[in-house]
Amino acid sequence: MLVEIDNLRVAFSTPSGWAEAVRGVSLTLGREKLGIVGESGSGKSLTARSLLRLLPGNARVQADRLAFDGTDVLTASEKQMRAIRGKRAGLILQDPKYSLNPVMTAGDQVAEAWRAHKGGSKRAARRAAVDLLAQVRIRDPARVAGAYPHELSGGMGQRVMIAMMLAPDPELLIADEPTSALDATVQAEILRLMEDLVSRRGMGLLLISHDLPLVGHFCDRVAVMYAGRVVEELRAGELAHARHPYTRGLLDCLPRLSHPEARLAVMHRDPAWLAA
Amino acid sequence: MIDIDGLRVRFGANEVVHGISLAVPRGGSFGLVGESGSGKSTILRAYSGLNPEWTGAMRLDGAELGRRRDRAFFRRVQMVFQDPYGSLHPRQTVDRALNEPLIVHGLEDRDARIARALSDVALPRNVRFRYPHQLSGGQRQRVAIARALMAEPDVLLLDEPTSALDVSVQAEVLNLLRDLQERRGLTYLLVSHNLAVVAHLCSVIGVMQGGDLVETLSAADLRAGRVRHPHTAELRALTVELEEDTAQPAAAG
Repeated sequence: MLVEIDNLRVAFSTPSGWAEAVRGVSLTLGREKLGIVGESGSGKSLTARSLLRLLPGNARVQADRLAFDGTDVLTASEKQMRAIRGKRAGLILQDPKYSLNPVMTAGDQVAEAWRAHKGGSKRAARRAAVDLLAQVRIRDPARVAGAYPHELSGGMGQRVMIAMMLAPDPELLIADEPTSALDATVQAEILRLMEDLVSRRGMGLLLISHDLPLVGHFCDRVAVMYAGRVVEELRAGELAHARHPYTRGLLDCLPRLSHPEARLAVMHRDPAWLAA
Repeated sequence: MIDIDGLRVRFGANEVVHGISLAVPRGGSFGLVGESGSGKSTILRAYSGLNPEWTGAMRLDGAELGRRRDRAFFRRVQMVFQDPYGSLHPRQTVDRALNEPLIVHGLEDRDARIARALSDVALPRNVRFRYPHQLSGGQRQRVAIARALMAEPDVLLLDEPTSALDVSVQAEVLNLLRDLQERRGLTYLLVSHNLAVVAHLCSVIGVMQGGDLVETLSAADLRAGRVRHPHTAELRALTVELEEDTAQPAAAG
């Protein structure tokens, strides 16, 4: 197993005591595509970030087991974590505008990622960068390598981010709302690209999103989170047969192009879901 | 109610809206869809008077609109933005935010109007003296809608009103917008990138691409796939493809 999470709890210290944001999440991930879906505040991003130990200082993480490819993340040294972050597990964030360095060309940033993890000469890194940009299907990789982030569109920027994350040949890709800032046509292209690279390289993918239909379309399995817990886990093809009322609610309250309704269903949150 | 004829908008040497025309009858709703940079929000901003650099003709209720709008225009036409956190003053209470349009337009009976506006958008009364950061995203968007309604406008310009909200909250806000339209006979001009949202709220839909209005069609035609322009077909296909995965078995519907 690439990722083992058992009974993960994340809490933040507040003036009125500990506030638990993740309340006992258990998940495993092999070389497959797992989607985590939930609304804002459901704890989906915290779950993924705990795995790389990328949480703010006032967070308290507890788990029966939290492991990346056998390495216990809770007890690993900072040095061990650095060998995982970026190198073995890449993280792609929502908006490339904020994740790319604005005063460095795209090519230099990809080359830096490659050299940091693989060493080698600057010239070799530069060649590898152009090759990686071609792998994320940028049509004119040499030109884009010389461009600054503000000269790139959102979709192009996200491709550069993906190229950067692929540079050290990671085994796991964590994508946190990777396409929420992009247009629908670009969104589909980027997800297809990620899906293709992940299956071709035999990597694991953890896709975090608020968009249940989208995740269902691109992942093998989907875990639905509500208020810090996984309320339902199902195979992507079985989305239409989801049983938990929250999952059903998420699907039913969407306006649909093919099935118009005068009023949209509104979610009635059952307090029992918190305990489930 | 809304008439736009040959509207062109230019930023410096760059023309971003290339002469578009549309009309919305009183009590009607028109939705503009398109990708980022297609010019849909620019049309909204030009109509609202936020951007004076335009040529062509725009009318409200038959009256020609000039570069500068009078106070009556700003009472009759109100705008709701995408991010309520960005459009509400962080250090003003809801009460203050709702009072502002009443003061500007010299409307009496402020207390009763605010109480009514809050109940119209289904917010509890105790929200009135809270600050924006004490509210949830959905509550904040309700406050933004309530504020737009304070001056009793005829037209609401809605710029991605639900894009920053969770889907369950989006459903509540969409239902609210539809109720308000029925109750008050409002005219809507809505901008969104989400085809299903636009089709839900609007009977007529305009598809924008690269500054051109490439197709105007009814929601029914869009739903049925009776589209003419390839860009409309492409946007529709992406939406329908995702919907099919989660389509419910017929029995459950």
